Amino acid sequence: MIEIQELTKVYGETTVVDRVSLTIGAGELCAIVGTSGSGKTTLMRMVNRLVEPTSGTVLIDGQDTREVPAYELRRRIGYAIQGHGLFPHRTVGQNIGTVPHLLGWDKSRIANRVDELLSLFQLDPGQFRDRMPNELSGGQQQRVGVARALAAEPNILLMDEPFGALDPVIRSKAQDDLLAIQKRFKTTVVLVTHDMEEAIHLGSRIAVMDGGKLLQYAAPEEIIANPATDFVAELIGGDRPFRMLSLAKVLSLVEPGEAAGDPISAGASLREAYAECLWTGREALPVIEDGKLIGRISRNELAKCAARPS
Amino acid sequence: MSIGLVIRLLVLALLVAFLVSPESFAFVFEPLTKNNQPVIYNQGSLLDLTLNHLLIVAIATALATTVAVGLAILVTRPFGAEFLPLSRSLANVGQTFPPVAVLALAVPMLGFGTAPTLVALFLYGLLPIFENTLTGLTGLPPTVTEAARGMGMTGRQRLVRVELPLALPVILAGIRLSTVISLATATIGSTVAARTLGEVIIAGLLSSNTAFVLQGGLIVGTLAVLIYDGLSAIERALTRRTGQGARANA
Ligand SMILES: Nc1ncnc2c1ncn2[C@@H]1O[C@H](COP(=O)(O)OP(=O)(O)OP(=O)(O)O)[C@@H](O)[C@H]1O
Ligand SMILES: [Mg+2]
Repeated sequence: MIEIQELTKVYGETTVVDRVSLTIGAGELCAIVGTSGSGKTTLMRMVNRLVEPTSGTVLIDGQDTREVPAYELRRRIGYAIQGHGLFPHRTVGQNIGTVPHLLGWDKSRIANRVDELLSLFQLDPGQFRDRMPNELSGGQQQRVGVARALAAEPNILLMDEPFGALDPVIRSKAQDDLLAIQKRFKTTVVLVTHDMEEAIHLGSRIAVMDGGKLLQYAAPEEIIANPATDFVAELIGGDRPFRMLSLAKVLSLVEPGEAAGDPISAGASLREAYAECLWTGREALPVIEDGKLIGRISRNELAKCAARPS
Repeated sequence: MSIGLVIRLLVLALLVAFLVSPESFAFVFEPLTKNNQPVIYNQGSLLDLTLNHLLIVAIATALATTVAVGLAILVTRPFGAEFLPLSRSLANVGQTFPPVAVLALAVPMLGFGTAPTLVALFLYGLLPIFENTLTGLTGLPPTVTEAARGMGMTGRQRLVRVELPLALPVILAGIRLSTVISLATATIGSTVAARTLGEVIIAGLLSSNTAFVLQGGLIVGTLAVLIYDGLSAIERALTRRTGQGARANA
């Protein structure tokens, strides 16, 4: 659990982060959104003390972060820097093994971990382990950067726009991988992004920042339904109904019955189901799970879910 | 083997052959002499002088490297940061001092011989290495140094594992520059009785023997080119190995 209390950072005359307080529960994924320069990176970097706060405290599992030496704190917290920051003179494997090495893991344990992570991110260990970072594509570099942050199995993972350089396909794959990893290891994740779509998709809670201030900190449903300020509403954009739909899966709205045409998977989002209805002009779609027909989903019910919650 | 490498090896072989047996090359220098002057330098062994010349340069450069790199590391650490501007301007002022002046000033304190030459070469070699080490250490991509901090490396680990390896090609370029300057400057050392190849040139000038001047000059020149070339090759290899292809021309 991360407790941020009245955290402030002042550079010269300007207050870059202004008395921000928020609590991120263990195993939660907190997405920090905001426009460029709103203080997202600075807020995140105060958690692992890459930036020393001007005032305020950060508690991790109840312990003040100032009680341990900064380098020890940082070894316990995974950090994927904005723009990957891989060491250009180290191989991919050495890069990923950085923190385990600092922690004194033995060689074979590091090697196993490196291969495990490479496979997890769809990078064939045999092919990529001994490459230099400049021999990778931008997207591969970014995935290695995230793998490196995860290497020492940290309880807390800080990620600064980790999926910025990825194309939409790889990006959504990487996002799903992250969610899977986060669920499996119960990692507490703080993720900075300026993409509201990404924040809604990934975050169990979303923190909206503007001009150094925390405007709203709430679950995605709440943020979409009741934006605290006009600025938050503007960030969410005009397609709030569709954002609502993207929050839930088809499985949650299956009803008994039949429908004609191509089926949709129970794991797809309501948004995809609604789009499919509109596109093919159908009133209902058959739903399959693990290849078996389990019922149908209707356009009417979907439309109800898209309405403002009462 | 590339043509470039063949040429370099040939030049090296020729140089060694000339140093070991200068008499065999007498016919080359014959036309440059007048009135039965000696064709080949005869007041000492060319090979000895060359080795001594190289030794002085090597010692001076090694000392300059140690001190310059050490200073640059100190002033780029947080506790030394306030000395950064001062050390920069000191080093710049140092370089505007002509080497002859340094020699002239050193002689009264150290007497004639190798010592004042060593001091002059050492002082003179400091600046390029210091400058380049500073450039190398301060010009690292910020995301990389930040990542090193974020991973939990201590200051010393960052220096040894990340900063120095990445700055090494640039530091080496400074050492190369300094070595070549020293090779040339060391010839002046013979005016204060250091045993360097300058002796050959001065002997030639005193007796109006162009052959001597040319021999001294050619040996120093060839050494400089070969050493410059060799160090450049090491630098390129290092730059490639540290995965900084794009920074190779920095
Ligand atoms: N070391 C520093 N010194 C002075 N000002 C700084 C420093 N670091 C950041 N700032 C300023 O603080 C503000 C917030 O920066 P920050 O990097 O936290 O923004 P951000 O929300 O992460 O933006 P982006 O989305 O562009 O990454 C900016 O106006 C920036 O110029
Ligand atoms: Mg940022």
